[in-house]
Amino acid sequence: MRMVKTAGLLVLLALAIVFPLLFPNPTVTGIAVFTLIFAAASTGWNILSGYTGYVALGHGAYFGIGAYALALLCQDWNIAGGYGPFLLVPLAGLLAALIAVPLGWLALRVRRHTFVVITIAMFFILQLLAYNLRGLTNGSTGLGLPIPADWSGDFFNTPFYYVSLALLLVALAVSWWVRHSKYGLGLLAIRDDEDRALGLGVKTGPSKLAAFVLSALLVGMMGAVWGYFVGSIYPNTAFDANFDVAIALMAFLGGLGTLAGPILGALLLEPTQQYFALQYGQSGYYLVIYGALFLVVILLLPQGIIPTIQARWAKYRATRNQEEREDEAVVTALPDQGGSPGIEKKEGINL
Amino acid sequence: MIIVEAIITGILTGGVYALMASGLTLVFGVMNIINIGQGALVILGAYLSYVLEQKLHIDLFVGLLLTMPAMFAFGLLIEWLFIRPIKRDRTMLSILVTFGVSLIIEGVLNLIFSADYVQLHAWYITASFQIGGFYLAYIYVFGFLLAVVLLGGLYLLLYRTKFGHSVRASMQNRTAAELIGIDVERVSAITFGIGIALAAAGGMAFGATNAFDAGSSYDLISRLLAIIIFGGMGSLSGALIASLGMLVVEDVTSVVWSPVWASTVFFILLVLILVVRPQGLLGQVEGRKQ
Repeated sequence: MRMVKTAGLLVLLALAIVFPLLFPNPTVTGIAVFTLIFAAASTGWNILSGYTGYVALGHGAYFGIGAYALALLCQDWNIAGGYGPFLLVPLAGLLAALIAVPLGWLALRVRRHTFVVITIAMFFILQLLAYNLRGLTNGSTGLGLPIPADWSGDFFNTPFYYVSLALLLVALAVSWWVRHSKYGLGLLAIRDDEDRALGLGVKTGPSKLAAFVLSALLVGMMGAVWGYFVGSIYPNTAFDANFDVAIALMAFLGGLGTLAGPILGALLLEPTQQYFALQYGQSGYYLVIYGALFLVVILLLPQGIIPTIQARWAKYRATRNQEEREDEAVVTALPDQGGSPGIEKKEGINL
Repeated sequence: MIIVEAIITGILTGGVYALMASGLTLVFGVMNIINIGQGALVILGAYLSYVLEQKLHIDLFVGLLLTMPAMFAFGLLIEWLFIRPIKRDRTMLSILVTFGVSLIIEGVLNLIFSADYVQLHAWYITASFQIGGFYLAYIYVFGFLLAVVLLGGLYLLLYRTKFGHSVRASMQNRTAAELIGIDVERVSAITFGIGIALAAAGGMAFGATNAFDAGSSYDLISRLLAIIIFGGMGSLSGALIASLGMLVVEDVTSVVWSPVWASTVFFILLVLILVVRPQGLLGQVEGRKQ
């Protein structure tokens, strides 16, 4: 079983690596770059919101900070277009993480819905600052990033594709590590019952803050890559309210708190969104269709795809075992109905 | 003098914001959901008033007699279609669901009215009167009076009727309210409808004093959320104080410093309050949830 899984993962990775060679059309690779950026950002977001249960709807702020940080760094240090700006991406992410420290400390003083609303409010504060701090951000005129002059039309997307893919793998590795470490176990305990976790000796405050900052770091790095990819950034595009909800929706669709959930969600949603945006432009149709899709997904699959499939699979196995062996197997193989799916069944959840 | 003027306009427009925010905080209090769509619904209300005024030449305030019941019914529909089916993790999923609703409303409004800014027209929007040393358009006073009347009505409904007792009982303890025979689902649906009818009224007053388009909802919802956190989520009087406070702070900042920083100052004030009182001005401290 383990062999099959590893082989499957390697095949998927190989497919991802050769994808731009198979589909060299710039429109397709462009959509692929956006998808990878969103998949990585959603994976980062999931470390905070999926594992601790603190659903943040303001991570667009760190995405925007990452984008602006890269633009400003390139501007101040006179970095030319090319591979140079990619080296600054981690630095841009670190700046986003740095700003996330006080904001996270503040937001994590409250729980649940108040936390959600505070993160939304903070997002809008930062967007306002991007508009108002004209000396730094150039206000609504926006900022330009260096243009890689010697990358021709067909090749342009390729470096972005591989950088995003590499960052997605980094985000996935971090997420995997968190999920399988004692630290991650603490985060899951916070999700299930924070007070009890505190009582059992989990340092809830620092744990939550670390998850917040870690997710801001990953989202900020993706923001930087995105900013370099689109070339010019404005307060309303870099700090995009739709982004806040998009990464959350991707994780919800795939399965909140699972490793592969955010990636699966991004793979399904981002190309769909890009397709509608290309097809209908920024007109109302696009919003109507996207909104309707949104509602259908949440109302039909509130638990997300991966947990739903896992529950079905567990049920199927349980009934099969039951037929084979009349007794005992029933008790051990029955799916765990309540509580959080996946803490005890580590096997099934890792894709 | 200029500061007195700013304070007066701040209080008058604050009343209108109180109207929109009270719907949001009431729905939260009863149903434990956050209606991110409130901003879009306010704009929808403004557009309804706009259509009635442009096509049928119905006065804005008279038009409310049509738009408020219509929006109330629309609220019942949204609740029945999208909120009631959510069985688990209501707070989180409701945020996403109402965001989806808000996207659809924004898209439809964009389709019908395009992205051009519109403004409502009436004699009391252009005409103004002199008070002290400055001129004030009648609409500010009328809008404030509308807010006073509707919020007064809401107060009477909540504190003087049997339905109001059911609402407050559901706010205090949902399960216990169910156990003593209150139909909490029905109370929830009606509360949601009322919240959205209030949004429609607020939308009219908002559209009379601001040019708007479908995208104005983002700015509105961020302010409304800030107001209800500031006041304490679920607290009506908190929302009232916070709305007046926010608009006064904004208006005063914009005359003594710069209009650009007006809302930033309010948001910074919000953050400072939260450092001292995470539950907001009049919010309840969250008990331990099992």
